[in-house]
Formats: sequence, C-alpha cells, structure tokens
Amino acid sequence: MAVTEDQLKALKDKARRVRIDILKMLTDCGSGHTGGSLSSADIATALYFYKMKYDAKKPNWKGRDHFILSKGHAAPLLYTVLAHAGFIEHAELCTLRKLGSRLQGHPDSKYLPGVEISTGSLGQGLSVANGIALGHKLDKTTNRVYALLGDGELQEGQVWEAAITAAHYKLDNLCAFVDNNGLQIDGPIAKVMGVEPITDKWRAFGWEVLDIDGHDMAKIVAALDRAETVKGKPTMIVCRTVKGKGSKVFEGKVEFHGTTPSKDELEIALKELSEETVCK
Amino acid sequence: MRPFPPVAPSPRHPVGTLLGVNVSQAQQKVATRDAYGDALVSLGKKRNDVVVLDADLSGSTKTGKFAKAFPERFFNIGIAEQDMIGTAAGLSIAGKLPFASTFAVFATGRAWEQVRQSVCYPNLNVKIVASHAGITVGEDGGSHQSVEDIALMRVLPNMTVIVPADGPETLQAIEAVAEYKGPCYVRVGRNKVPTLFGEDYKFKIGKAHVFNEGRDAAIIAAGLMVAEAIKARDILKNEGIDAGVINMSTIKPIDADAVIAAAKRCGAIVTAEEHSIIGGLGGAVAEVLAESSPVPMVRIGVKDTFGTSGDQEGLLKHYGMSAQDIAAAVKEVMRKKSK
Repeated sequence: MAVTEDQLKALKDKARRVRIDILKMLTDCGSGHTGGSLSSADIATALYFYKMKYDAKKPNWKGRDHFILSKGHAAPLLYTVLAHAGFIEHAELCTLRKLGSRLQGHPDSKYLPGVEISTGSLGQGLSVANGIALGHKLDKTTNRVYALLGDGELQEGQVWEAAITAAHYKLDNLCAFVDNNGLQIDGPIAKVMGVEPITDKWRAFGWEVLDIDGHDMAKIVAALDRAETVKGKPTMIVCRTVKGKGSKVFEGKVEFHGTTPSKDELEIALKELSEETVCK
Repeated sequence: MRPFPPVAPSPRHPVGTLLGVNVSQAQQKVATRDAYGDALVSLGKKRNDVVVLDADLSGSTKTGKFAKAFPERFFNIGIAEQDMIGTAAGLSIAGKLPFASTFAVFATGRAWEQVRQSVCYPNLNVKIVASHAGITVGEDGGSHQSVEDIALMRVLPNMTVIVPADGPETLQAIEAVAEYKGPCYVRVGRNKVPTLFGEDYKFKIGKAHVFNEGRDAAIIAAGLMVAEAIKARDILKNEGIDAGVINMSTIKPIDADAVIAAAKRCGAIVTAEEHSIIGGLGGAVAEVLAESSPVPMVRIGVKDTFGTSGDQEGLLKHYGMSAQDIAAAVKEVMRKKSK
C-alpha cells in the first residue's frame, strides 16, 4: 500500500503543526525538553497519523497498537500527538508540568489515558515493549508494538538486554526507532560516550535494521510499511535526525536539550515553521 | 536438624491453627520456594493469563515447575534482571498476570529502579516473587544473602510486601497476590522451614496472625524467624515468662492494629526477621510504635552488616538470630520496660 502524495503532504503538515504546538506549550510552561521533542516529531507523526491503530475514545481498546516513548523526556511531543489524535483536548496542553496536571514532566500512565506506561528513566521502554509484544504473541493477536528510543539512551545497559530478548523471542510484531540526533545533555554523543556504529550493533544483535533520514516523511512511512513485512525478528529503524529540528533557533544546539524557547525565540521559530508550509 | 518443639494451643486461637506445629516435623518441613513453585502450577491451571518470568534461576526459584507445566507461558529472560522486570511490566499491559522471579538480592537490588519506574510508578499488576532471601541462603555467602530487600521494596509507593512463614502460608499468599490488583513483592526462602499453619488458616493481605497474645512481651516475626520466635516463646515459658508470638507476614501495609494491640497488652516488643534491622520488619514496627504506642522494643535481625558463608544454624547463631537470642531479647526488652 503505497502512500499517496496527498497523504504525504498532509503528514508533513501535521508534523509542522505538532512542532508548533510543542514549542507553544514549552514556551508557555517555561521548562521541558525542546530539542528531543522536535527531533522525534516526524517519527511520532507518522506513527499516530499513518500507521498505528487506536481508538482515542477508548484508549485501552484491546485491538490497539502500542507506542512506548522510552525517551520519556520527549513528553511534549507525546502530549501533542495525543491531542491531535483526539485523546486529549488541545486546551489541556497548556497545563504541561503544572500542579494537578495529567501532563507530567515525563509521561505518567497513571494519569493520562493513551500513555501506555510511565517513562522518564531512560533505558526501560524497550523491555516493556518486548513484554507487550510477547503478550500479543501468546494471544496470537496482530497488534503491533512501537518504541522510540533516544541515541544517548543506547548507553543504558538495559537497552541491550532488551535487544537480546526481542531477537531471542523473534518479536516481529515489534518495531523500534532510535532518534539519532547525535546530542545528549552534556554534549555531542560522540564526545560524551560514543554509541556508533548504531546500525551494526542492532544488526549484530539480530534485528532487521533500516537506516533512514528521520525527517523524510516518505522514508519514515516506507520504513514503517517495510517493518510490517519482516518475519522472525524485530525491526529497528535508525533515524538520522537533527536535534531541535524545525527552526534554526534550536537546530543542532545542545543547550536546547532541556531548556525552552523564550518568547522572542518562539516568535522566530513560528515564523519559520509557518513559512515552511508556504514554500512547500 | 533439631526437632521442632511442640507448642501448646493458645486459648485465643483454635487448636487447628496450631496443628502443624504439633505434628512430627520430619514430614512437615517445606521450603517456601517449593510452595511457590506448586502455587504457580495450581494458579496456572486455574488462570490462563498467568505468565512467569525468570532470570536463569528457574531451578532454584522453582518457577521451573511452572515452566514444565506451561512452557508457552514461561519466559526465561536470561541473566538480565532489569530487562525481566520491564518485560513483566509489558506483559501486564498486554493483559497478562506476570510473576517475575529470581534471587531476592537481584530482583530488588539489581532491578530496583526498574521496579520503581516500570512497575510501582505506573502501578502495574506485576508480582515479584524472590527466593533465596536472607542469610540462610547459607554457603553462597554475603553476595547472595539479601538482607536489604524488604527495606528496598517497602519504601516504594504502591508496593505490597509479603514474607510468608511456611509452605501453607506461601500457597495462600500467592493466591492472594494473584487476586490483588497492583504490584506485590513476595519473599521466599531456600531452606525447608517447619510448617506452622494448618488447613484452617486463612491468610489475608495486611492481617497479622496472633499465635498467642502473651503478657510480658510480644515477639513480632516474619518468615522463618516465626518458627524461631515460637521456639523462643517455649524456652521462655519454662522460665515463667509469657511471650506472645505474632506472624507479621504482610510487612506493607503493616497491620498497625495488631502492633498497637500487642504494645498495649504487653508493653514491650521484640521483632525478629531474617533481614537488616534497618528498614525491614523492625523498622516498620518501630514506625508504628513511635507514632502510635511507644513502648520499649528490641530488634532481632542482621545488625547493619553483610552476610557470610555458613550453614543455617551456624549463621543464625553467628548473627544473634537464634531462638536463644530472641529469648534473650525478650528478657532485655522486659528490663527496659520495668525501668
């Protein structure tokens, strides 16, 4: 099933609007993770608006596909796509990180339907995704499980335990992403603790590995389609991305890992993001 | 092993409750890990949502019994405890009832933060049943002797902590945690322990069992230390001291009413556990007493140190945790009371 040009155009526009909402909510909140939310925005958009099965009115619908945001600090991205998908009202986005809000600093499944599991402590999401995938294998159901990991997160040992488990149990109903934006809080990953060669590592662990531009919507969509055809092993889609993608204000800037835009920066970014549509 | 001394029935509790203590101990000793393995198999027959995970210790934790009976519902995760806990969390999201097992030191120590983030924080229905807890793991030595696990699990919000005293209580505790919705930690041991409970015993999460009330002091114990406490009580009885024995198998939520009642009745408390005296049963009881009913207390347990290789009897003596030590602690706490 090939994606149409119109679909692609709509997905790109959705990703743009997701980025705008992420930036607005982060600026309004004054704290949160800008860079990694923006770098993963195209991946999450493709998942929620192209590939995944879900019912926003029934978040626990048994037939749903599952998404685990292992890099939980990209919570603003998850909340934004959940709003666009109809799980929550857009107005709720402005409650981010406030006392009493369901939109915790890192996703908390206790409060927010649509969040499969609380995350925030890195390295744990893939194990959880494995467990869900094992459960569906046991039930012989066709639900698929998706997990999004950061590239700095690959430094956590548990990720590789989970990598072994997923291959051992031939979890072909599991598809994971690495958002390879190359930066972590303390600086470039290559400098802090290098994780390359990422693709070779996952291949060596027995995964089907795709290596794509994580901002090329056509490529993301194609990779998602391809992952469904893989049998007998899990798929890892390594997405080469730019941290802070969407505006020159943030792109490639490590300082925007855990800080939010000022009002002025937001204004510049919104202008860029709006212009992008005009051009395309 | 020395024979387990018989215990006279208490007026408060029917004889049936104590039957197990009266019968010959030779046929009445079961390791709680064995009871766990049997409980899993019986649970597996009743419920097809039960799944079991282990980290390469299924022969020791006795989850191997379940693996043999239901191979498709058993997942060996290999020597990867952190991944095992996360996988269990995922299985619960997929609608399964996961039991994850390994040695206590690994389940609660190696994977503590996974238990926190992926099980307790999202409040998932995951059961962690860990074996080889305490010093009576024995010869393997301090690296394998978990004396911190109760403290580590007790501090986690949403977590229920259960330490069964014998085989029958373990069977019931496993059934109870299967019915209960939420994270549970059940601690079982390696060695055979005397059977204390008869068929009429009814385990309830959060409910202590009073073997006998006592007048001079109450011994609140958990796990295999309940049997030691009963021995201590009988030693003391010969000396004219009336010590009560309470099985506090649920350490969280602790049966505060039972603790307060014992404090009011006896005015002195001894706790006995196969765990550090910091943060476990002794800590939990001390918290209740300090806030609600301050009376003198003495804690029997591992005194802020690590374990060491040895046999069960030798180790209990070495760490001051034998029945004789508990009896001495009762006398000590009674002296404190009279001051």
